[in-house]
Amino acid sequence: MLYREAGQFKTSYVADQAIFPIAQDRWSVLLLGAFAFLGVPLVAGDYLYTEVLIPVLILSIAAIGLNILTGYCGQVSLGTGGFMAVGAYAAYNLALRVPDLNLIIVFILAGAIAMLVGMLFGLPSLRIKGFYLAVATLAAQFFLEWTFARVKWFTNYAPSGSVAIGRIDLFGIPIDTPLKTYLLVLAFAVVLALAAKNLVRGRIGRMWMAMRDMDIAAEIIGIRPLHAKLSAFAVSSFYVGIAGALWGFFRLGSWEPLAFDIDRSFQVLFMIIIGGLGSILGSFLGAAFIILVPIVLNQIPRWLGLPVSTATISHVEFMVFGAMIVLFLIAEPNGLARLWATAKEKLRLWPFPY
Amino acid sequence: MLGPVLETLIGGLLTGVLYSLVALGFVLIFKASGVFNFAQGAMVLFAALTLARLAEVMPMLVAIGLTVLIMIALAYAIELLVLRHLVNQEGIILFMATLGVAYFLEGFGQMLWGSDIYKIDIGMPRDPIFILESVFPGGLLIDPSELIAAVICAVMVAVLAVFFQVTRIGRALRAVADDHQAAQSVGIPLDYIWLVVWAVAGVVALVAGMMWGVKLGVQFSLAQVALKALPVLILGGFTSIPGAIVGGLIIGATEKLAEVMLGPVLVRWFDLAGGGIENWFAYVLALLFLLVRPQGLFGERIIERV
Repeated sequence: MLYREAGQFKTSYVADQAIFPIAQDRWSVLLLGAFAFLGVPLVAGDYLYTEVLIPVLILSIAAIGLNILTGYCGQVSLGTGGFMAVGAYAAYNLALRVPDLNLIIVFILAGAIAMLVGMLFGLPSLRIKGFYLAVATLAAQFFLEWTFARVKWFTNYAPSGSVAIGRIDLFGIPIDTPLKTYLLVLAFAVVLALAAKNLVRGRIGRMWMAMRDMDIAAEIIGIRPLHAKLSAFAVSSFYVGIAGALWGFFRLGSWEPLAFDIDRSFQVLFMIIIGGLGSILGSFLGAAFIILVPIVLNQIPRWLGLPVSTATISHVEFMVFGAMIVLFLIAEPNGLARLWATAKEKLRLWPFPY
Repeated sequence: MLGPVLETLIGGLLTGVLYSLVALGFVLIFKASGVFNFAQGAMVLFAALTLARLAEVMPMLVAIGLTVLIMIALAYAIELLVLRHLVNQEGIILFMATLGVAYFLEGFGQMLWGSDIYKIDIGMPRDPIFILESVFPGGLLIDPSELIAAVICAVMVAVLAVFFQVTRIGRALRAVADDHQAAQSVGIPLDYIWLVVWAVAGVVALVAGMMWGVKLGVQFSLAQVALKALPVLILGGFTSIPGAIVGGLIIGATEKLAEVMLGPVLVRWFDLAGGGIENWFAYVLALLFLLVRPQGLFGERIIERV
């Protein structure tokens, strides 16, 4: 009844190809954006910011990055953690060695450095594919992790091997409260998500999808694999690098390479499986899901008043995660985003389905 | 100089055998069902944990038998609950499903059996032995448990080879590996074959877990050791049992040699905070190798059609 496009006529190709062709979608996205920027600060507390909203937003960016590579271009990567580490350490070193550089530029440059590293490790994808490539990206993961643990320059010769971020300023305003951090991260997430959405709708995105669906056929219709695969690696690593930098600066504050180990790679991979491969919206849904489940699981025994040790909880967490992934793959291999799309289809006909 | 190098080489080769054992499980399943079973590492951990805890309350042999039964039951559960519902899905979906199984097993195993470090004692001699004392001053130091592991591995490969070549089920397995549909059309039940493959992989995981358990103690990091089997796999080729063995030997030997010989050089040149290049050397080696031979050493040649 409410969600129906009847009567909305498109009179130009531009209108037909708009990012949200249905007026209700347009309004709800705008409303959601307004709520995220204006409404949330009115109601949210520090806990909600630091434990839920900021991690979800940052990892959404990483998930979008991986989704571009895996969901859109079909190249499985297990090196997300390593590329996040590149972004984080690049941002740290830029901020440390060029103190006057604007924070936004630091993050963008960090993303660019991660992009270069990502392209380097993306080169093998031209020769190998599928599971072989997945294992090859593990080389990136372990090599990068080791590099940041061992090469002293990256950690500025810190004896403990961990790095710490001091004061963070943006245009002279210190980013010191969870609210300010949230707004900055949100701005990053919105801009990057919009950019990604438009990228995948355009020529490049179609190139990636053709590559994913059948690489040889794509090659025959004139898509250069070098072009398609390396651009996917580049854009993906850029996103992942920025996410890594944000994660280091605003979530961790101080970190060592272990913060970006292989478990991080899997975490982001799970986000895009559960959220939906090949969907920007799915990246957000998946990130929210993966962050919220452990929090909820940790709360359940307390609500029920059960005395359960933290070790048991962490094991149960593992089990629930694993079971959920299998369940999702069986029930809905296309993830939460697909569920959402189905719901929208139903909503269009509601309440008169015939 | 030659002595220490040889010693490292032998140590590396013996460790490589243990990698091969883990890789073997991967190959079996991939060959027969095309599933890239990421849960193999978790199965190794689960089997080792089960064995270690069962052995605390019963004699070793009984515990081993019981663990074998449990691994077969596990294979049945995976087939029934996971694989059966994912027939005809793409390989990547199946791979991710095994990731889910891996997480589940890691949690389940530790919740069931506890997450401390346990010992497996199967009566292997632990004292290092020295060989070739007449050739090198001081002789070469060898860990006998690794030597025994190598022998067990060799026996297992031989048994598997006989199983695949001679028995009726083995022949059916090879038929399924060659072509699912053709195998099905001549009356080979796929469900049953997959169950057998997963059960065999489970038993291989048990042997691997036992050997690693003796070496490192049974703990969570065993699941991580399995990650090391992946470069072995791509080096040898996903579909080749000899590949898994040769790959394991190459990876084991080169990574130890690299650690000892290349590590200090890198540390000196780049002023590193310690070596530890073992962590990534195998992967990078496999990666470089893939650039030359994308299907691995013994893998089937990849032929693609549109």
